[in-house]
Amino acid sequence: MTARLRPLLLHTFLATWAIVMIFPFVWMLSTSVKPAAEILQFPPRLLPYAPTLANYARAFTAAPFARFFVNSLVVTLVSTVIVVVTSTMAGYIFGKYRFPGDSAIFLILLATAILPLETYMVPLYLTMRNWRWINTYQGLLAPYLMMSFGVFIMRQYFRSAFPDEMMDAARIDGASEWRIFASVAVPTAASAMAAVAIFGAIQAWTAFIWPLIMASAQEMYTTEVGLAVFQKRYTADYGAITAGAIVSILPMIALFLFFRRYITEGIAFTGFR
Amino acid sequence: MGSTASNGSKPRPLGRAQRKWRWPPPRVTAGHTPLLLGASRSTLARYGFCYLMLAFPALLFIVFRIVPIAETLRLSVLNWDLISATKPFVGLDNFRALLQDPNFLLALSNTTTFAAVTVTASVLLALLVALPLARRVRWEGLYQLFYFLPFVAPTVPEAVAWKWICDTRNGLLNYLLSLVGVGPVPWLIEPRATLWAVMIMSVWKTLGYNMVLFIVGLRAIPAEYTEAGLIDGAAGWRLFRHITLPLLMPTVLLITVISTISAYNVFTQVYVLASDIQGSPAGLARVLIYDIFENAFRFYRMGYASAEATIFFVIVLCLTLAQFRVLRSQTE
Repeated sequence: MTARLRPLLLHTFLATWAIVMIFPFVWMLSTSVKPAAEILQFPPRLLPYAPTLANYARAFTAAPFARFFVNSLVVTLVSTVIVVVTSTMAGYIFGKYRFPGDSAIFLILLATAILPLETYMVPLYLTMRNWRWINTYQGLLAPYLMMSFGVFIMRQYFRSAFPDEMMDAARIDGASEWRIFASVAVPTAASAMAAVAIFGAIQAWTAFIWPLIMASAQEMYTTEVGLAVFQKRYTADYGAITAGAIVSILPMIALFLFFRRYITEGIAFTGFR
Repeated sequence: MGSTASNGSKPRPLGRAQRKWRWPPPRVTAGHTPLLLGASRSTLARYGFCYLMLAFPALLFIVFRIVPIAETLRLSVLNWDLISATKPFVGLDNFRALLQDPNFLLALSNTTTFAAVTVTASVLLALLVALPLARRVRWEGLYQLFYFLPFVAPTVPEAVAWKWICDTRNGLLNYLLSLVGVGPVPWLIEPRATLWAVMIMSVWKTLGYNMVLFIVGLRAIPAEYTEAGLIDGAAGWRLFRHITLPLLMPTVLLITVISTISAYNVFTQVYVLASDIQGSPAGLARVLIYDIFENAFRFYRMGYASAEATIFFVIVLCLTLAQFRVLRSQTE
């Protein structure tokens, strides 16, 4: 009897937890389609009587969430592309070549990942101010153009999965080092590069404190900053705020659902944070 | 050649094989030419290629990371308000002032409480769900998906959702508590309760991440050990206590250190959840990063904020050294 009861108990436990974990998202979604009167209704109801999209319309008209969304998209796309390029270049060199200073340089680049942006954001902000990069895309992007974790992933890939023999064969065929990199090595690295791209995209989209200090003009807010500012300014309009929250969360959920394996394996791989 | 080519064009999924990385990383030794001394023309050309390829990434690292890190240390001994032309050297005055600054001390104690509570709770709960999931139960993937979702989703919208759930008058949490006769708890009104609300949300957010690491750790335990335990008649709690847990201890330590570092870094959820009526965004639960942020970007005390960032820097460094010790004892 216990043999049949145990899985039942186990799944009851796991499923209850699962409900607790996704409940805030479900509640947010439900609030975002409730008319104002129903949001404040007490006791609260999970499903709205009269679902409406008016909150979304308000988030995009009363607050410029469309602009914030575009800003986030630009920053995320550019950051992801550059992070993949820099990580692949550096990772390839560290994984496949030996040269004077190689391990010292690699260790320094990797060691900088220990310190979070918050420890050095003050001087970095001052530099951006001197360069007049406040309220610009390049200012928002500056700390998100390279990723130690990405360099590490690419180095591990090239070192363990890209054989020296392929490089030697290409050399015998007369290919230059650059050609070997661009037309032999890179095409084999698509899945490692995809992993780096996903982490780069998550990092750029979810960035908060940096865009918060870099964007003082509203038209440069990212969705995260816009949401944080507007939820304070319009505390009464919970419908529109939750609609904005849904909009900012969707791209990350989509990314996660499509590339879940990469993300969990990447984390298991190094304890990325 | 054919076999290596197929090996190269079809890379293995990340992780699995390469997971056991050592620190410092082992050097590649097979068939390399000697460095510099007696290097031929072609080796020198190859070095040139290496430096050329590294130039762009290294430049970004230097300008946007390494120089600012060094600058933080330099600014921490200066007194500068962002406007005045001079930046007088004040030695350790900033640090001395910090140790008497009630805001800083409050931030330090709040952040430490936050780290202690969230790390303990998140690690224990993650272990609790990882234990069955590591044994590959049915719908395991679906469960993992649900548990992990809060970690990948951005924090600001999540905090917005929690702010609404924790609303003292109309929030769901107080409604549920009222059903069992508790409350109403002034979640985002009273400082202590606010810190608790932030901690509850943070446990919810980090649990899935710790779970993933625990599942990896649990699956790495060879089956023979648990089988031997079962043969000896150990089961359930005793099996866990005397066989699984000792073998899992390095993972537990590692996860604890990683989580503590990121807990000290808490900012976003505090910024959204803990704003007080005077308009200070984290006035109800002041944490270290918020205090640095306020000193630098609200009061323009750049030297002072840098001194504070330096203290934060030292905390992170100590925790990281602890992490490396754990990693080393794990590989030995």
